[in-house]
Amino acid sequence: MSTTHNHPAPAPLGGQLVTPATLILAALVVIALGILAVRFLFGLGAVTNINDGYTWGIWVVYDVVIGSAFACGGYSVALLVYIFNKGEYHPMVRPALLASLFGYTLAGAGVIFDLGRYWNFWHIFWPGYAQVNSVMFEVAVCITAYIIVMWIEFSPAFLEKFGLKDAKKKLSRVLFFIIALGTLLPSMHQSSLGSLLVVFGYQIHPLWQTVLLPLLYLMTALAIGFAIVIFEACLSSSGFKRPLEMHLLGKLSNVMTWMLAAYLAVRVADLVVRGAVPSMFQPNVEALMFWIEMALFVAPLVILARPEARRNPAKLFVAAVCLMLAGFLLRINSFLVGYETGPGWHYFPSVSEIMVSIGMIALEILGYIVLVRYLPIMPKEA
Amino acid sequence: MDENILENDESLVALEKRLGISRRSFMQLCTAMAATMGLAKGADAAMVAAVATKKRPSVIWLHFQECTGCTESLLRAEHPTLEKLILDVISLDYHETLFAAAGHQAEAARRSAMKANKGKYLLVVEGAIPTKDNGIYCKVGGQTAIEMLKECAADAAAVVAIGSCASWGGMPSTPPNPTGAKSAGEVLGKVIPNIPGCPPNPYNFLSTVVHFLTFGKLPEVDHIGRPKFAYSRLIHENCERRAHFDAGRFAMEFGDEGHRKGYCLYKLGCKGPETYANCPSILFGDVGNASWPVGTGHPCIGCTEKGVGFAKPIHELAVLKTVVPPVGFPRVVEEQGKGASIGAAALTAAIAGVAAGAGAKMAQNLGKGVKTDEGAGKHEERAES
Repeated sequence: MSTTHNHPAPAPLGGQLVTPATLILAALVVIALGILAVRFLFGLGAVTNINDGYTWGIWVVYDVVIGSAFACGGYSVALLVYIFNKGEYHPMVRPALLASLFGYTLAGAGVIFDLGRYWNFWHIFWPGYAQVNSVMFEVAVCITAYIIVMWIEFSPAFLEKFGLKDAKKKLSRVLFFIIALGTLLPSMHQSSLGSLLVVFGYQIHPLWQTVLLPLLYLMTALAIGFAIVIFEACLSSSGFKRPLEMHLLGKLSNVMTWMLAAYLAVRVADLVVRGAVPSMFQPNVEALMFWIEMALFVAPLVILARPEARRNPAKLFVAAVCLMLAGFLLRINSFLVGYETGPGWHYFPSVSEIMVSIGMIALEILGYIVLVRYLPIMPKEA
Repeated sequence: MDENILENDESLVALEKRLGISRRSFMQLCTAMAATMGLAKGADAAMVAAVATKKRPSVIWLHFQECTGCTESLLRAEHPTLEKLILDVISLDYHETLFAAAGHQAEAARRSAMKANKGKYLLVVEGAIPTKDNGIYCKVGGQTAIEMLKECAADAAAVVAIGSCASWGGMPSTPPNPTGAKSAGEVLGKVIPNIPGCPPNPYNFLSTVVHFLTFGKLPEVDHIGRPKFAYSRLIHENCERRAHFDAGRFAMEFGDEGHRKGYCLYKLGCKGPETYANCPSILFGDVGNASWPVGTGHPCIGCTEKGVGFAKPIHELAVLKTVVPPVGFPRVVEEQGKGASIGAAALTAAIAGVAAGAGAKMAQNLGKGVKTDEGAGKHEERAES
């Protein structure tokens, strides 16, 4: 842990748990649970629009692929604080970690919802069944391991709450190893989520199919991680009426824009080298979606071009949202829009599918609100 | 098989003349028979040598309560040389259908053949034997079927039952069985090798005879006397429609879509799942692909199996001896998905709208002057935005 910077210790926010906002969120969660009950009683076909051509719907592409990317805040900040030794960002670690924890745990749960024979899920970890040469195996093991690692990383908050000082002391001695794992594992599986598509070959549109997909997925996951931290800071500052930590967010946005610029350089160079440029100018949905995606990736660079803009909370927020949407679209485009498995196959999520994803988001926000009020996560206000 | 040794073999040259077939088709036949019986490498060569050189065994062929379908199927086989081979590989000394002789002349020929080949001839029984009222319902030359069978079996080297009637009673024995029809084995009081079927596949019979000719004994049989090479597997196991059974694709009535598409006939009453025979492997009638009952779209009636063929109604479901079909099956036609439903599109638009609205509102609030830890810088930025 950082010793050179003196930060106020984290403390529970306290306050009302039952508010109109939490009630609405809880209602959305209940709707999702109802739909999931139907799914587990009558099967995937009863509630989803997925078919033999599109076996992955939004429960995989949104809940798992995008959900885990949106949960990269903890990863990005941990990388910054512990690997690049930027202790000044330390107050951001716990809030970011909490969001990541929720994002990843629900992504893991989302996989179970989407598995037709979910009762066989353990096969992928079992030596006799595991196919160690598969990308899916890497993703499954790595994400599972990361979820466990994150709970351990986050456990000091529980230990503090329940006054288990000895346990916390013992844990802090090995925590450096856990944290190192916590930065290694997402690097592995966030890139592997891109490798999943490389395996799809020609079924992915040339605008997205490239051997660099793992790198593109990793770079965008990191950039989104920073964007999420900014996004969450803005939300919780207005939600919990707390001051924004602008000096940190401004610096974070610097890192974010550089990462984004690097990503765009790699992305464009890859498109040019592969000769995919003509595909951008064809009058079809893929090209249209590509331009929207690229516009959203470029937008944060334009918005935050001038250093003053990085001190403006509104601009920071809009830039962060643009980047999140861009990362969202990159994944939607490469997994669903740019995916063509043969004539006749169509997919658009059903209302039930969308409501389950909405319920997952609601659960994340609800859990975040409850835990922030209950556990020492946010830095104490000076 | 060592072709070089057999190439200029005198007996083979003679055989070519005798049977009027090419050496190649003869060898192919012997190899096919060896393969049908699953015999070891070299057995085909032994068969070639046996058929070409050995003295043809005397065969006495008895007909009782039957339709002569077994004989017909042997004679009508499309294989170009088969009927010649039947008549030439064996010395058919008594066969009521194929005899030129008639009346007492024929019976005399049988008795003289039995005397000349005592203990060496092969007895083939076709048809069930009526036992009610001392067997008076079937008589040949004044002799009842029971007497004739027992007389001929006494000095035979081996007795083989051909067809379901002789094997287990067949059609004549179905209830109420007015003549008290019984199989040859039941009448003789022992298990005898039998080739059930209505009619049986001629190759199963021929292979059994050639095995006897070559090795001096009949092929290995199961506990009820059926050669294992032909009757050790359920029809269901090798059926070409088996994949449809496993996938749950069934013809539900004759002429429906599933029937026209060649789906499994189990639900039309196919007895393949409880009938032991090699029909799907070697087919029937030598007319090529799918030339066996199930292949032509009719459910198997279980003709080789006692208690199934002629006993169970054709439409009755078979007893599944091996695999029971699963409770849930995949769809026959997989849905390919439709585009967005109005509800889903509206919901997506609503979410996008709410998110955009909330984002804009949020940005507006942040722009207006949220508390920051560096409040001083706030003012200039507002002017700028």
